[in-house]
Amino acid sequence: MRFLRRFFIRLSNFATGKRADQRVREEMAEHLALQTEENLRAGMAPAEARRQAALKLGAAQAIREHHNAEQSLPLAENLLLDIRFAFRMLHRSPGFSLIVIATMALGVGATSAIYSVIDATLLHPLPYPHPSELVRIEANLPGVGARNIGVSIPELRDLQDSGIFQYVSLSFFGTNNLTGSAQPASIASKSVSPSYFAVLGVDAQLGRTWDPHDATPGFIPEVVISDGLWKRAFGGDPHILGKSLRVDNDVYHVAGVMPASFRDQGQTSEERRTDLWAAAGFYGDPAPPPMRGTRFPFETIARLQPGLSPDAAQERLDALVASLKKQYPADYPPQAAWTFHLTPLAETLVGNVRQSLILLFGAVGLVLLISCVNVANLLLARASARGREMAVRQALGAARMRLIRQLLTESLLLFVLGGITGFAVLFCARKFLLQFVPESLPRLNDISISWGVLAFAIVVSVAAGTIFGLAPAWLTSRLNLTETLRQEGRGSNGSRRRSRLRPVLVIGELALSLVLMVAAGLLLRSFWGLFKVQLGFNPTRVMAIETSLPNPNDPSTDIYRTATQEAALLREVLRRNRTIPGVEETAVSDRAAIPLGYGQSDHKAVPLLREGQDLQRSQPPLIDTLTVSPEYFHVLGMTLLRGRLFVDQDVEETPLVAVINQAAARMYWPGKDGKAEDPVGKRVRLLGRLGRARPEWTTIVGVIADARTESLADAGIPQIYVDIYQRPAKFLAFYLRGQVDPAAISAQVRTQIQAVDAELPVFRAETLDDVLSSSLSVRRFSMEMVALFAATALLLAGLGIYGTISFLVNEQSRDFAIRLALGAQRRDILEMVLRQGLTLAAAGAGVGVAGALIVSHLMAGLLYGVSPYDLSTFAGVTAVLTAVAIAASYVPALRAMRLDPIATLHSE
Amino acid sequence: MKEKPDVLQGTLALMVLKTLDVLGPQHGYGIARRIEQISGDILALNQGTLYPLLLKLEHEGSIASEWGASENNRRARFYRLTATGRKQLREETHDWEQTAAIIARFFKVKAEDLP
Repeated sequence: MRFLRRFFIRLSNFATGKRADQRVREEMAEHLALQTEENLRAGMAPAEARRQAALKLGAAQAIREHHNAEQSLPLAENLLLDIRFAFRMLHRSPGFSLIVIATMALGVGATSAIYSVIDATLLHPLPYPHPSELVRIEANLPGVGARNIGVSIPELRDLQDSGIFQYVSLSFFGTNNLTGSAQPASIASKSVSPSYFAVLGVDAQLGRTWDPHDATPGFIPEVVISDGLWKRAFGGDPHILGKSLRVDNDVYHVAGVMPASFRDQGQTSEERRTDLWAAAGFYGDPAPPPMRGTRFPFETIARLQPGLSPDAAQERLDALVASLKKQYPADYPPQAAWTFHLTPLAETLVGNVRQSLILLFGAVGLVLLISCVNVANLLLARASARGREMAVRQALGAARMRLIRQLLTESLLLFVLGGITGFAVLFCARKFLLQFVPESLPRLNDISISWGVLAFAIVVSVAAGTIFGLAPAWLTSRLNLTETLRQEGRGSNGSRRRSRLRPVLVIGELALSLVLMVAAGLLLRSFWGLFKVQLGFNPTRVMAIETSLPNPNDPSTDIYRTATQEAALLREVLRRNRTIPGVEETAVSDRAAIPLGYGQSDHKAVPLLREGQDLQRSQPPLIDTLTVSPEYFHVLGMTLLRGRLFVDQDVEETPLVAVINQAAARMYWPGKDGKAEDPVGKRVRLLGRLGRARPEWTTIVGVIADARTESLADAGIPQIYVDIYQRPAKFLAFYLRGQVDPAAISAQVRTQIQAVDAELPVFRAETLDDVLSSSLSVRRFSMEMVALFAATALLLAGLGIYGTISFLVNEQSRDFAIRLALGAQRRDILEMVLRQGLTLAAAGAGVGVAGALIVSHLMAGLLYGVSPYDLSTFAGVTAVLTAVAIAASYVPALRAMRLDPIATLHSE
Repeated sequence: MKEKPDVLQGTLALMVLKTLDVLGPQHGYGIARRIEQISGDILALNQGTLYPLLLKLEHEGSIASEWGASENNRRARFYRLTATGRKQLREETHDWEQTAAIIARFFKVKAEDLP
């Protein structure tokens, strides 16, 4: 209480500038007068009386200072003085200040930019209430090596009744045709359990979502739509609720509109932009009857009971699994070792970009570190110039701590101004910078330069300013008073420690930039390797345009139910497409077969049963199945190795045929005793999903060469191609090879397709070259960013070495002058200085190579076709670094060489 | 030569409060004289250190001050005890006596007294 009262009085005195100096002076004068009188009465001589009184009172100046300190807050007062002084210093050497602020702005700005990406993606991946309660449930069969096998309806009920979760929901992402408005559209949609939004904890902005306990067996006739679809397709109609819309020819009513800020969860950007949600119980039409063994390959997400940790939940889930296995031994054979595995939902969403983002953050952290080191170096250089000032201050009685505080205030001011400038630049350039972020980054739309980022920028600058300002302040204030004052007069430079620290800093800078450059070099080589890889197919002059056929809940209303029905449509569209000017060849396939297209995330792996081999096994191997028309291989320039391709005579009524690639031939028909086995003529069964198995035998008629249609990095993914005229597909891509106008082609193809069926949407026309290049977007982004950071680092390191060598030359100018006067060759001086630069570079490179080896080992997972210890990259980078170091030393070396010995020695 | 003991941290404040309690309002010199008289020459005190302390006590609200006329009719600052100060003095006196009593008992104890 008393302490607080005292603090507030002092604070108000500080704020109002109220002084008590006059008062204490008067009091002391009176005190002396009274004491002197007393002494006189005691019989002293007047002079002696005054002297004794003064002695008894003590040092008047010190008492006044104490009194003044008590009156106000000396710490705050000093801080204010220091800040005022720091601003004056900043103003006095604008060049120095500008360089420091710019360097720090670069470092902090770049770090904040990457932080804002990480903040949105890694730190807050789920924009829902209590995100830590959200988990993903995966069912695995580790006994037979099968992962994510899906959940059956009885299992879903077991999960719901287990008491572990508040809500459990299935969800299946797909696209559907929305018809009824002006132009049929393909929209991203999700089929979910009625509890889906209860799991996410988000409610509609208009209307409502479903009752989480709704027990409708099939689809509920009410859907929820996104804010985007509401505005796009319905013009934001305020009376939208209850209106009907047609999705894949099924009629639904709109029950609710989600808020504009709502983004669905999911692993792809398409999924996060879901526009329509339909709910079903999944145990009535169109789903099969609920059997324990009928598992849906759906995603299962759930919200844990409040306060239950994922680990504790996993334990209880394991107990549930054990009891279910006991109860239904026939459904869960012990050798399959069926389990449920919980993963926090946040972790599953960012998995694929986490490594790239961490790499970027590491890289930008190094740039920040180099900026800080550079600034520390500059501060040290200035410290040399201010040695005399510090000595004078100390001679006048400033304590060392006081000097350090003052110097620290100066550097903190510079760092914080730099940080704020960096943030300001970032804020102004955010729109421009966001263009460079690849589309496929999760939660791209939520990246924002927010208060959080500003706080981050300030915290980083203050921390950096404290760490990197402290050492120079420490060294600057540590000086031998008499020596400095004597020496400074002769223009020499103070502390030896200071000049010893500077090369260490430069070596650190060079080492850090070498690490960054090696990382950039390795990424560049990986990228280049992928770019130049033998594709095995030819994307040039090929466009892909998509359409999709409706998939109504009641199969009897589907006009494209059989392959024959669909074939009529496809053949007619292909015939019409060939009439478009410039088109030479056409083909059609399912969406998953677009080489490197976004359909790669479609579920396309199906169980493969080989005749005579796999029939006894309960878990046959999975193989990627692609549905294509006979012309597909020729349009994409894929090579047939054995057998034949599909022909027009392969139709629904004729025996099923398939073509496999070499990787599949090697994996499934490896042959015996070194003798290759011919897969042509072998028969297999491909099991469909959702129990819609087609048990007929399929004969393998041909083998094609491997092509990197699924992954640029992996040439050997086993694939089986089936004929689209034998197995219909709903999501289609038409290919056009030839000289076509990409701008007009979309409309031209739409006219042709809608002339056959006016209800089909036509969308996403892309050249395969574009598809190929966007498949590299995340890699390109991280490579470009790291390369940018490396270039920045190299520039900063170059400046650092330039500054240090200049400083050393300056320090040794007297020495050089004497050497020259004594007859040294100017070449020798040049060599001497360059040798100093080279020594620094060599030391930096040595440390850097060691660091780079560690870093490249860590980033091995991001590399393709290049060893993390690639000699040529390391050698090349070291050579570049050395060249920069020599170039940066050359200017001061020239200056040293051209020194005029007489002028130099006279000026000293 | 034996050094005179420094005034214990905090005890000077207590002495000031007690002085004002006994003598009523006093100026700085008066307080210093009184402390010197009572403690004799045992305490080494730079009388000037009193003034920052007086300001501190004033900030804490234990004492108040105003200008007045000294014995020889010159302007002097007079300090007096406030209600808060009186309460503080009572509490601190009590604490001090307790501490002193405990210490005194420790000094009295001889080895044979211990059970």
